[in-house]
Amino acid sequence: MYTQALNSSDGDDRGVEDVARASQFQARIDADERIEPNDWMPAAYRKTLTRQISQHAHSEIVGMLPEGNWITRAPSLRRKAALLAKVQDECGHGLYLYAAAETLGTSREELVDAMLSGKAKYSSIFNYPTLTWADIGTIGWLVDGAAIMNQIPLCRCSYGPYARAMIRVCKEESFHQRQGFEIMVTLCRGTAEQKAMAQNALDRWWWPVLMMFGPPDQVSQHSDTSTKWKIKRFSNDELRQKFIDATVPQAEFLGLTIPDPGMKQNENGNWVHSPIDWDEFKQVLAGNGPCNRDRLAARRKAHEEGAWVREAAMAYAEKRKSRQLAQAAE
Amino acid sequence: MATPNVPLWEVFIRSRNGLAHKHVGSLHAADSTLALQAARDIYTRRGEGLSIWVVPSNAITASDPSEKGMMFEPAESKIYRHPTFYDVPDEVGHM
Repeated sequence: MYTQALNSSDGDDRGVEDVARASQFQARIDADERIEPNDWMPAAYRKTLTRQISQHAHSEIVGMLPEGNWITRAPSLRRKAALLAKVQDECGHGLYLYAAAETLGTSREELVDAMLSGKAKYSSIFNYPTLTWADIGTIGWLVDGAAIMNQIPLCRCSYGPYARAMIRVCKEESFHQRQGFEIMVTLCRGTAEQKAMAQNALDRWWWPVLMMFGPPDQVSQHSDTSTKWKIKRFSNDELRQKFIDATVPQAEFLGLTIPDPGMKQNENGNWVHSPIDWDEFKQVLAGNGPCNRDRLAARRKAHEEGAWVREAAMAYAEKRKSRQLAQAAE
Repeated sequence: MATPNVPLWEVFIRSRNGLAHKHVGSLHAADSTLALQAARDIYTRRGEGLSIWVVPSNAITASDPSEKGMMFEPAESKIYRHPTFYDVPDEVGHM
């Protein structure tokens, strides 16, 4: 799962260092060549990708928390096994992505520390709480659905290790969305109370999910460079529109109402949403969402409580190595 | 406090009998036993493999991509190494 909202680069990091090399680099991108870790690349390309890939990785890892919340309370063993497998996948996705980010020259440990210190961002969507079981269905259906919209074009991203990681992620993500939708179908075919729970979850998640695609195109200032570098292939609004058009018939099938009474279909068949409350988005990104503090505290606690395991494993590896050396010397 | 660095490993998986091990990615682990277990959990959650190799990343010697021109030039100029270089009369049929 992921959001497009973090894909922006700083305005001030685009100094042209070596005009000849930069134009060669751009020519390679234009020819749809993949850039590999040891190839020359502009410092700003490296920086933008390091940030984007590591924030994507952080999002996968923090994304385990809202869903992990329901593993022990899943309504059946089937649901529990599926949710556990999904949360394991999110962890795996985080690790593929950290590995891809590291090829740009920053260690995983540094990247993780930046997240734990609050310096690095992760997707705003994971700062919302999962209040009922229907939230698990809604996350799979909508949050993973939105992530797939964003991640499929990333499989063709110009940076080889990122593109390859995304191919693996996308293959696995499809199960996530389907398991979520199945939960929704079951709830919507259940009792009136279950259906009301599904509607309530949709009401709470709909707008935050639309925000996952990032600010509207006219205020998103940094897309140009990412587009030029073929990191970003579609604009925020294009992806958001694709997502809404795909989701409306699914909600109809479920018999649920999208909480946007002003939404209308235009002459091209696209569903046009009402204005999004971008102040809420800014607040959540700034750390003031409903669960920001909880999420970071949970990550820090897990990291600190795992420190002795990492230390013990390293100490054991060292001990074995020195014992082998001593034996070889005899 | 900064987290200390854990060694990096490259992971190779053989997906089916008769196929070669193929590079699938990398991971961090304190030693080879933990690296194998982590590789199983990260790269074979859906039965992708029959066999795993893990290799310390710093044990790999790689060619320099910026010198790929010189490195692979000897192969470029030897078209007589390909079967299509040789003429076989049509009457002979498939060879």
